Amino acid sequence: MLEVSGLSVHYPTGRGSPVVAVDDVSFTVGRGEFLAIVGESGCGKSTLLFAIARLLSDPARITAGTVTFRGDNLVAMTDRQLSAVRWEHLSVVMQSAMNALNPVKSVGAQFADALRAHGTRSRKVIAARSADVIKLVGVDPVHLNSYPHQLSGGMRQRAMIAMALLFTPDLVIMDEPTSALDVVAQRSLMTQIKQLQAELGFAIVFVTHDMSLVSHFSDRLLVMYAGQVAELGATRHVFDQPLHPYSRGLLEAFPAIRGPKVPLTGIPGAPPSLSTIPNECRFLPRCPQSVAECATRVPELIEKDGTLVRCLNC
Amino acid sequence: MPELLAATLLKTEGLTRHFKIGGALSRQTLHAVDDVSITIGEREIVALAGESGSGKSTVARLLARVYRPTSGSVTFAGEPLARIRSRRDGLRYSGQVPMVFQDPFSSINPVFRVSHGVLRALKLHRPELSAAQRRAEAARVFEVVGLTADKLDAYPHELSGGQRQRVGFAQALATRPKLILADEPVSMLDVSVRIGLLNLMAKLRDEEGVSILYITHDIASARYVADRLIVMYAGQVAESGPIEDVLADPRHPYTQLLVSNVPDPKAPPPQADYELTGAGRVVPGSGPGQGGERGDGVPPLPGVERGLGPQGNTEPPKVIDPAPGCRFRPRCPLAIDVCATVTPPLLPFPGTQTAREAACHVAHAVKEPT
Repeated sequence: MLEVSGLSVHYPTGRGSPVVAVDDVSFTVGRGEFLAIVGESGCGKSTLLFAIARLLSDPARITAGTVTFRGDNLVAMTDRQLSAVRWEHLSVVMQSAMNALNPVKSVGAQFADALRAHGTRSRKVIAARSADVIKLVGVDPVHLNSYPHQLSGGMRQRAMIAMALLFTPDLVIMDEPTSALDVVAQRSLMTQIKQLQAELGFAIVFVTHDMSLVSHFSDRLLVMYAGQVAELGATRHVFDQPLHPYSRGLLEAFPAIRGPKVPLTGIPGAPPSLSTIPNECRFLPRCPQSVAECATRVPELIEKDGTLVRCLNC
Repeated sequence: MPELLAATLLKTEGLTRHFKIGGALSRQTLHAVDDVSITIGEREIVALAGESGSGKSTVARLLARVYRPTSGSVTFAGEPLARIRSRRDGLRYSGQVPMVFQDPFSSINPVFRVSHGVLRALKLHRPELSAAQRRAEAARVFEVVGLTADKLDAYPHELSGGQRQRVGFAQALATRPKLILADEPVSMLDVSVRIGLLNLMAKLRDEEGVSILYITHDIASARYVADRLIVMYAGQVAESGPIEDVLADPRHPYTQLLVSNVPDPKAPPPQADYELTGAGRVVPGSGPGQGGERGDGVPPLPGVERGLGPQGNTEPPKVIDPAPGCRFRPRCPLAIDVCATVTPPLLPFPGTQTAREAACHVAHAVKEPT
């Protein structure tokens, strides 16, 4: 349903070489699928999401690739064509509901805005639809009259998700919707997202830096490193047998809640600068298992046991 | 790691902080922290966990003397804080009990080199040092926290989040502290660098002999680094004890909820999370709960994993003008009649080897020998 192919996004810097935030990323998302994208801050995961939804603001520019959604290339669309697709077929849940909701308008008024913008005029229909979606996420419809500051963090995030579901879209893009919540609220929101997905059948692209969060919820997992796909495979598979040393490092960076306590080291070093791309594996300076060949060329994505991985020695 | 209680460094008794909210006509009182009695030992990392709004940060600010308690007392190294009157005594205390903040991006002044904060702290708290000695001491604390001395001249924007948070610890360390109040020091950092900071905290305890109050909502990281765990709920202590014991066998239903909600990628796939039935509807799982292996073989309590009370309520507790009674009751699947009328006191469990306490009528009713 969604096919991202060879997508690259550059931020020109005015000092010669641009910052390549997303570099030749390809993946597909099927109907009703849950794809999780994980990586460190600065790995380009949010830029990738924004590129898919065509929400990039200057100076970021899509320099190559296509985003095919329901048969149309979003990259080539005009703004007018885009606004017909956005929200109705493809909606976005932003990271911080605190900032994404308008503080001076009630939640219901913001729902109504979106509905009107897509041609729903009848007040009755608007009220009914708003009440429907907010019930869907488990919030009492009286809160349609509430202002964002009157809601708890979890309720605000739920309201954001309800808003994204106003038109029963085919694809919902989520940018760390749970990162501001504590574990209990996080878990209950994730379970709810999963339930809604099962009921309504939309696909989800879910971006997070917390790999453990999606371990039980996503179908496939895309690990991004320095703007590139490091590993892409079935979630369970990647968790059980991570192929890329970076995926393994991320997994081993989590202290366990039960079982024996083991000293952990995390991943030493920092991601490379994305403005000067060396002709070597981007993970090389931090890699515990590099071989001589890693310093001579950029590894390609290869398939191994049904998982795509960018590593010469795994 | 100390198994029994270390020598007491800081102790609070009935610590309470209320905030007045609302206008003149609708006076209400927000009970941010209510009757909190905790101890922190020497060379001990104590994790203070709880959901947002549970009063963890208010406790830290009370200990840092940012707020004055509404009632109750704090005693540090045998001296009550209320006796601190002069600026000099206040300064001495804040040098011994510095804070490290959550957000390394906004807690360091961006227009100064990162050495500025450390040197200033040294000038203020250790006036006996000469400029050259201050510089040497700054280099020393930078090395302790894992930064090279050349980073002293860097500006904050030149450092990564993890490095900036190390600067925060260096600033705290410069004043030769006894106790560092670390308010969510790693929650803004990437997973891959969090561990480094946690290891640093353990190193400060083991090598520098500093105690740390580690405020967090990440129980797994608390387990990794802390000796004891204090769980707060709605401004009160719900449970406390040695962290391994508490996590292996949580007694308070809220602690049980908290522990079972921690995502565990190594756990088997989630039959307990959701199940699809024929109609495509999802029903709450009926699979085995993930309450952890309880030491005494008691199975996890039904319904506790989801935190659903009789009303299926998962919303935050009432801390504005709360009535007597247990504040967790609306979410508690185990609530009994007495929970509605009597606030459960924080009581130790008799007959246990380690100092464990919980504020729960049901837990004490179950655990007490008949």
